[in-house]
Amino acid sequence: MHPILARPGRLNPYLAGCMPLAAILAALLARPGAGIRIYEAVAMAVPLTCAYAFIGLSVWYVCREFRFKGGDALRSLVAHAVGAILTSCIWVGIAAVLAAAWGLWSPFDGLLQRLRPQGLALFAVGVLLYVLAAALNYVLLALEAAHDGERREAELAILARDAQLAALKAQIRPHFLFNSLNSIAALASADPARAQEMCVRLSDFLRKSLAAGEKTAIPLSEELALSRTYLDVESLRFGDRLAVEEDLDEKSAACEIPPLILQPLVENAVRHGIASRVEGGTVRVNVVRGGGRLRILIENPFDPDSPSRPGAGIGLRNVRERLAARWGAEALFAAKKLTDRFLVVISVPAEKAA
Amino acid sequence: MSGEARPSVSVLIVDDEAPARAILREYLGRIPEVRILAECANGFEAVKAAAETPPDVVFLDIEMPKLNGFETLELLDPGVAAVFVTAYDAWAVKAFEVSAVDYVLKPYAPERIAAALDRAIERRRSRVTPSPADIAAAARPEGTWLERIVVRDGSRVHVIPVEKLVAAEAQDDYVGLRSEGKTYLKVQTLASLAASLDPKRFVRVHRSHLIRLDCLERLEAYAKGSHIAILTDGSRVPVSREGHARLKSLLE
Repeated sequence: MHPILARPGRLNPYLAGCMPLAAILAALLARPGAGIRIYEAVAMAVPLTCAYAFIGLSVWYVCREFRFKGGDALRSLVAHAVGAILTSCIWVGIAAVLAAAWGLWSPFDGLLQRLRPQGLALFAVGVLLYVLAAALNYVLLALEAAHDGERREAELAILARDAQLAALKAQIRPHFLFNSLNSIAALASADPARAQEMCVRLSDFLRKSLAAGEKTAIPLSEELALSRTYLDVESLRFGDRLAVEEDLDEKSAACEIPPLILQPLVENAVRHGIASRVEGGTVRVNVVRGGGRLRILIENPFDPDSPSRPGAGIGLRNVRERLAARWGAEALFAAKKLTDRFLVVISVPAEKAA
Repeated sequence: MSGEARPSVSVLIVDDEAPARAILREYLGRIPEVRILAECANGFEAVKAAAETPPDVVFLDIEMPKLNGFETLELLDPGVAAVFVTAYDAWAVKAFEVSAVDYVLKPYAPERIAAALDRAIERRRSRVTPSPADIAAAARPEGTWLERIVVRDGSRVHVIPVEKLVAAEAQDDYVGLRSEGKTYLKVQTLASLAASLDPKRFVRVHRSHLIRLDCLERLEAYAKGSHIAILTDGSRVPVSREGHARLKSLLE
């Protein structure tokens, strides 16, 4: 629906705004030598302007269909030319019927005959009014688009903040913390030096993830360092069962990604993959940059015969949502469960820090 | 403390993380009457160790490879007293509270372990040991169902995924589980098993029979009101009047 008709309070100001046009039209009709009396010109101009006001509204649909974008300019021009001719013909037709109707009343005797020489001028005015209406409608469309854009931006900002909040909440991962503290307690008497080292690693990890959680983007190298600190802590619990292989090309290190994207995935790989296997396994992280995109692959083995542990889906969904909040459809995220391996593939635009 | 000799307690430690086993060993080692039978890194090892020398008390982690803590407990002798040792698991803790099972949250103080051991011994003496299957059922988040059934045959462990279970039959204190042409016996009531299975997929068709709906080939009228279910493996299972009503409401 047309924005002017969409709200009842808008129509009257719009029609009032058209009245100066009616005055100009009346002056044009009653110009000296045309043989039209002032009252006759007014009686013609006011209804005709009102009629055009409504015809002009339909121009909006033409404008919406043919926005001047890219190579569409010629098509838009043709559409508007056809529209202008059509509406002007209709308008002149209305004028003729109106003049004939007035002519039935004696004060307007012979109005149609006297107006006939002005038919072409009226047509030209119709075309001019069409141009005016089109311009007005384009302005309205532009305003609407700007408004939509603002709203979309606000929605995205809310989505991003929600996702970040969820990520921060996930930071309080009780399972990981309590298990790590239990390991440190175990080391305290058997190997005090290692217990001290573990306290440092755990604190290091907590500090880094808290700091990262406050930012909107961090370099990939930092995110990888965070994941590594996490794996350092976990290696205490899992010992030889946990191995890590990292393959990162030089060009990727400076690319920016939202914080805490890789680390939760690595944590999933350990918790649902390595921990499910008696013999443990290797978590592989592979990062490649090429063709303007950053591709991250995380792979881990898992034991298909082990009971499933709750919570795997939440971490994955959170990462997917945060990537979407930043890049929309430009971000690709896929998680795939093969017979005994789990794969997560991420592809996002490669963006360097400004 | 005093000179009076307390009977020794044999203990099994089951945790897949070496440091977690180490600290349990350390704290339990401070209690004079404790005799640690074995430290196991997974449920299979625990079943094997318990088959050699049955323990009095078992300290169990929940999240472990191959078999989780609940499944491991199901495979041990019913008389064993269990103490669950876990880091954090809201559902499990709720389950322990409703089924009055001893549990300790990691990390813990040595006194906490000593107290849990005392309570476990007391429970063992008074023979109050809740059914492991019921604890596991209470620990499952609402709306989720048993995915697999573990059965022990001597020191061998069978894992039956529920989608391979054809039917189950109550036999005295056991349930006979039919899967892939074999029947496995497990100490459990049919009611307790039925309560753990998805009621949309498994139907109690008779007081002592349960079938998987997908395995139902056809129904034959038998005596007045009762039927016989012919299953896809060719076996015939009696269907009571109530069981028939349950089947009908599911199939409609």
